[in-house]
Amino acid sequence: MSWAALLLLAAGSYALKAVGPVVVGRRPLPAGAVEVLELLSIPVLAGLVALQTLNSGGELVIDARVPALAVAAVLVWRRAPFLVVVFAAAGTAALLRLL
Amino acid sequence: MGAVPARPSQLQLGVDLDALNGGDRRAVARTAAAIGIATGTYGISFGVLSVAAGLSVAQTCAMSLLVFTGASQFAVVGVLGAGGSTAAAIAPALLLAGRNALYGLSLVPVLRGRLGSRALQSQLVIDETTAMARAQGEPAAAHFAFIATGISVFVCWNAGTALGAVAGTGLANPSALGLDAMFPAAFLALLAPQLRRPGAPAAAVAGAAIAIVLVPLTPAGIPILASALGVFAGLAARRRAPRRPET
Repeated sequence: MSWAALLLLAAGSYALKAVGPVVVGRRPLPAGAVEVLELLSIPVLAGLVALQTLNSGGELVIDARVPALAVAAVLVWRRAPFLVVVFAAAGTAALLRLL
Repeated sequence: MGAVPARPSQLQLGVDLDALNGGDRRAVARTAAAIGIATGTYGISFGVLSVAAGLSVAQTCAMSLLVFTGASQFAVVGVLGAGGSTAAAIAPALLLAGRNALYGLSLVPVLRGRLGSRALQSQLVIDETTAMARAQGEPAAAHFAFIATGISVFVCWNAGTALGAVAGTGLANPSALGLDAMFPAAFLALLAPQLRRPGAPAAAVAGAAIAIVLVPLTPAGIPILASALGVFAGLAARRRAPRRPET
């Protein structure tokens, strides 16, 4: 990743944070826009879960990441801390690849 | 309703926000410190994964300082680590950062001060600070909670990132260590607490389905962008089920 791309990302995410406190002030947003913004991160995160589990260079594959995600899902459901969830997933995948 | 967005109902860190209502400043500061420490552990895993995805230690630390919004940062290094282009990495990151715009709007009554001061405070507008601010009653307490949580999370997130980036440098074979499996686990952990909102499960299923269907059909980067369209499935589900009032 180039530094220019990194700064572009930083500028974009800062602009989103600042649009309320700096630009908009107290004007209310249209209710439809609020609803979309409330939900927007959910399908994108779910899409990332799916792609990072199944996508391998433009092809769908089932490999050690699938059981790793299953382990993570159980831990998330059991409300395990974040670090435990991600390292358990890594450990599961590493172990399966050793076998 | 709808004009005033609800605070996030629960943080990904498992902090029970309903237990935060009221309370004195010392209790708020203690909670802010606890949230900071929990966020620091996210920072460690972000640092490790970022250098494994090919970013330098300096770039990794700069991203945590300047971008400072966890899910977006994980998205960037996740896509880059899987071989995606820079554009394919930045687009979903900005989509995920879209919710910070909503948070910033909801914090307008809280973030007072001169323009320059508000501009500086804007960098701290994230899940954790919004949740803490909106858990307080009056604006002065909300502002204190926002600042205390913001400073605590900013310091810990960046310290954790630096620690993880340095520790992760020189890991020989990221795939053998299962680091690629950390990403879906991380995104799932970020997603799970949000699924209780009305329409969220439908939006999540649609987003995942759109992304998977498009993988063999479209160039890299398109599936994750298109997954955002899952938002319409969520909106449709909300229309069908009457909305529960949130407090």
